[in-house]
Amino acid sequence: MKIMTCPINGPRVISEFAYGGEIRPMPDPAMATDDQWADYVFNRTGAPGVKKEWWCHTPSNTWFVAERDTERDIIQRTYLYAGDV
Amino acid sequence: MPWRLLRFALSQKHPEPRMFATHDSLKSSYDVVIIGAGGHGLAAAYYLARDHGITNVCVLEKGYIGGGNTGRNTTIIRSNYLTPEGVKFYDESVRLWQDLAQDFDLNLFYSNRGHFTLAHTDAAMRTSRWRAEVNKHYGVESEVVDAAFVKQAVPMIDISCGGHAPILGGLYHAPGAVARHDAVAWGYGRGADMRGVEIHQRTEVLGIDVAGGKLTGVQTSRGRIATNKVLCAVAGSTPRILKMIDVRTPIYIHPLQAMVSEPVKPWLDPILVSGSLHIYISQSARGELVMGASLDPYEVHSTRSTLDFVEGLAAHMLDMFPFLSNVKVMRQWAGMADMTPDFAPIMGKTPVEGFYLDAGWGTWGFKATPVCGKTMSWTVANDRDHELITGFTLDRFRDFALTGEKGAASVGH
Ligand SMILES: Cc1cc2nc3c(=O)[nH]c(=O)nc-3n(C[C@H](O)[C@H](O)[C@H](O)COP(=O)(O)OP(=O)(O)OC[C@H]3O[C@@H](n4cnc5c(N)ncnc54)[C@H](O)[C@@H]3O)c2cc1C
Repeated sequence: MKIMTCPINGPRVISEFAYGGEIRPMPDPAMATDDQWADYVFNRTGAPGVKKEWWCHTPSNTWFVAERDTERDIIQRTYLYAGDV
Repeated sequence: MPWRLLRFALSQKHPEPRMFATHDSLKSSYDVVIIGAGGHGLAAAYYLARDHGITNVCVLEKGYIGGGNTGRNTTIIRSNYLTPEGVKFYDESVRLWQDLAQDFDLNLFYSNRGHFTLAHTDAAMRTSRWRAEVNKHYGVESEVVDAAFVKQAVPMIDISCGGHAPILGGLYHAPGAVARHDAVAWGYGRGADMRGVEIHQRTEVLGIDVAGGKLTGVQTSRGRIATNKVLCAVAGSTPRILKMIDVRTPIYIHPLQAMVSEPVKPWLDPILVSGSLHIYISQSARGELVMGASLDPYEVHSTRSTLDFVEGLAAHMLDMFPFLSNVKVMRQWAGMADMTPDFAPIMGKTPVEGFYLDAGWGTWGFKATPVCGKTMSWTVANDRDHELITGFTLDRFRDFALTGEKGAASVGH
């Protein structure tokens, strides 16, 4: 059984968590061109790597950041968002 | 056959050639290089040679033929999709499937079973009606049926699903079928090989050479090849290849898992799909129950499988078929599904001249193997998107003009 560590509640089984996708900086909607906006809305870094992702511990509704190797499915680090990722 | 058996039964030498030739070395250049020897890549090679007379072609495969999603899928073939683009495209594919075995002179075990999309809610019944109308408009056999009809077709079903989610009826698609996936890859491979195409297994593409926006060659684990045209048909590995040429797409990879039971006597003729219970099931010619569920919940670039999946799928299977509680699970596996936000593929030309893409086939691309081969070979030969794929180009995202193929989304395939 796969375990993930919630920064607030500690280690829990992965079924308690919801995946929120890779963290992607949003361009300024007022300044972005249509192409930049379309790129932000649709395109993804689809190739494998260590990615920073949004995850939520659903019973406590805690959103946090996980750094995960998407090729080997290894969670390297989890921490609360501090506005600097 | 009996004469050949008599003649060769005791001989040391077997006169039948292998399915396809192996080649000791790569040539230094080809007119077209196809990356990926799954069904899609091999079908494109076959139609390039057969319909367009382009035979100086090689297919590069990092593993073995059909070892990707082609050999991992649950082989459901149907055309009762929701958008006009989708219905026309898949219907052409179903038509091609029907005489493929003749074309190949190879038994594909194409088995026409009938396909039910079961509805457990009023909302699902409404969607069934909508789909039936779109389908009928394009001449695809598709009917809304009631619970009694389902029970008659599948007497072993618990129509109340243990009281949790009673089946109200559903969408019935008579042409729904299953086929032998390996045979599809081999048939296309043999047909392409016979016409002069080279298939190179255990040959991985490691880089792609582009000069001035034009494709010039491919770097492989066995050396460089010069070429002006590359068709990329690598399903779950698509983002890795696109990274080599800096083309961004919405494709993201989640595993899709499946499992089979031990063989049992034939009791299930049609193919069943339940969106509410997130399961689908058919019985193979060997008697195994072939079962699948929805996509894994997060991105992973490998083919690992999980116990969570088997537990979840088995529990829902028992809602519908309580008598299966003693049946053992024999195998489980996963494939990497290349998903798109609108559940439609991404096909055709790309920003790099000479680089053609056949991807975004996610959980639903086996049924499209023949029509993808047909349309992509046409596109490569004419350097223009075939009319059946113009709704599927990469540009649709830049233009905010998505295709919205929700007919694929009910449950993963
Ligand atoms: C569990 C599961 C169930 C499914 N069920 C259904 C279903 O019921 N009905 C349906 O229609 N579809 C289904 N699908 C989807 C379907 O299997 C795929 O969409 C389809 O098989 C894709 O075929 P392909 O030829 O494009 O890719 P693949 O068969 O994956 O072939 C791609 C090939 O490219 C090779 N490759 C990758 N990278 C490289 C490289 N760098 N160099 C050289 N070669 C490379 C791979 O080794 C692979 O053999 C299912 C998928 C899965 C995983």
